[in-house]
Amino acid sequence: MIDVSISVRRIGFDLDVSFTAGGGVTALFGPSGSGKTTILNAIAGLERPRQGRVAVNGKVFFDSRERIDLAPRHRNTGYVFQDALLFPHLSVAQNLRYGMRGGASGFDDIVTLLGLEALLGRRPAKLSGGERQRVAIGRALLSQPRVLLMDEPLASLDIERKHDILPYVESLRDNFGVPILYVSHAVDEVARLADHVIVIDNGRVTGMGPPGTALAPQLQVGETRFDRVSVLTGHAGPYDDAYGLTPLTHAAGRITIAGKLEENRETRIVIRATDVTLATAAPRHLSVRTALKGQIAVIERDQGPAAIVTVALTGGQKLAAAATRKAIDELNLTVGTKVWCLIKAVSIDARWLRSG
Amino acid sequence: MPSFTPEETQAILLSLQVASVATLAMLPMGVGLAWLLARREFWGKTLLNGMVHLPLVLPPVVTGYLLLVAFGKRGFAGEFFEQCCGLVFSFRWTGAALAAAVMGLPLMVRAIRLTIEAVDKRLESAAATLGASPARIFLTVTLPLAAPGLLAGSILAFAKALGEFGATITFVSSIPGETQTIALAIYGLTQVPGGEEALWRLAAVSIVISLAALAASEVMARRLSHRVAGFA
Repeated sequence: MIDVSISVRRIGFDLDVSFTAGGGVTALFGPSGSGKTTILNAIAGLERPRQGRVAVNGKVFFDSRERIDLAPRHRNTGYVFQDALLFPHLSVAQNLRYGMRGGASGFDDIVTLLGLEALLGRRPAKLSGGERQRVAIGRALLSQPRVLLMDEPLASLDIERKHDILPYVESLRDNFGVPILYVSHAVDEVARLADHVIVIDNGRVTGMGPPGTALAPQLQVGETRFDRVSVLTGHAGPYDDAYGLTPLTHAAGRITIAGKLEENRETRIVIRATDVTLATAAPRHLSVRTALKGQIAVIERDQGPAAIVTVALTGGQKLAAAATRKAIDELNLTVGTKVWCLIKAVSIDARWLRSG
Repeated sequence: MPSFTPEETQAILLSLQVASVATLAMLPMGVGLAWLLARREFWGKTLLNGMVHLPLVLPPVVTGYLLLVAFGKRGFAGEFFEQCCGLVFSFRWTGAALAAAVMGLPLMVRAIRLTIEAVDKRLESAAATLGASPARIFLTVTLPLAAPGLLAGSILAFAKALGEFGATITFVSSIPGETQTIALAIYGLTQVPGGEEALWRLAAVSIVISLAALAASEVMARRLSHRVAGFA
């Protein structure tokens, strides 16, 4: 149980947040500069809040009223930094052992789990970005931390490397009892990894809850239509081997996913607003297989050429669609209009999907 | 191969001894001061910084005179060291080493401080989150990463010590076999007629030692920075 209630004052920046996080992965989600890293630093003891309280599993790290401020080394937090911060003059094995608590058996387990066997003798400079992050994760885990703090561990990696690391992070989530605080501004990562999402914007908590609700369209990061995404949850059906497709059952219609998913599992998908087409009739003569039924809930428009339409899907989940203002006028779309939301199956990257 | 007179050999060996002892003796202090100045904020930091750098700007004769007053037979520091550890500085080679150390310290501190400042503080933070004490962080992260600076600072200080003249001659005079280093011997030779030949021999030795030190530091620096960057 992570219990954070802190305020930090810096020139030009105010942070005032209060939240609790349980086991599993809690994502701190928000745009760059919103204060996510500051929160991790305050938990690790690398930054002192002006006032407040930080406690993890009942151990008080910081309490301004009780005048408690544990030194970072006594807090036992496993911090995985955005750029890994491996010690450049030490080998991978020495890096892993730097903060090791407990016996050597844990060492072998974690080396195997993270696939580090072949890297042990190497120096950090000779590692790829993804390998560096894996070593950093191993180094943090071997210190048997009370909590794992991960600061955008995938941000500096290209898309392929991200997909290499994600399973490792998931196995941490599933194999260790350590609660994980995961800072990210990437909605795909959060949708896949998080059990719980805390949305941070401009130093304040602006939303929290399970990914399906906390990542609702109105709460998205960024200002442009390209940043709008929605998270939908569906039930994976049997895999179609001939075409390589998996159907996801959703109250609003069937969602076709290009790729294989574990059957009979709740699966979260992230859909970009720019990948959604609106239709006022059931689609025919189109290559699009996925058409979700719903009713327009909100139309956000200004003088710009594009507008964002939020559709309340049958079953309650919300889906944002981007369309031109002209199209909205020509189709006569207003709040309450029944629409079909068309989604191209190939625009959804099955590798990001999370089952469970 | 020129042959040296016994006095010349003595001056050369004495110079190496004085410079080596001075460098080794000031290294721990130089590292400590550099770390304080690079990583800590405290009251009187500017004053300490000024004190360390003073010999760099003060006329060496003045530094030598101040040393004479403080570390001479009757000086408070001189009496203290004689009583506590039987260490006498005045008119001894140890005094020459002390003068060389005081003159070389600012150069050494400067070089080490710069490399400590260049060590990513966040690496120290990472070590702290892994449970390392400040002393362990310093010894296992800061110091190894600042090693190239330690080397550069030591070479600079060694070279400075080798050529130190003003403070040394003022503090411990120029006694053959005790305090007469190469620099002092060369100066002495300029004062006597017919000393040119010996003067040139010693000058050549100075040049060779200095070049050797530079070359050694170049090679070691390259290896070290390679190691520190993690390519070795």
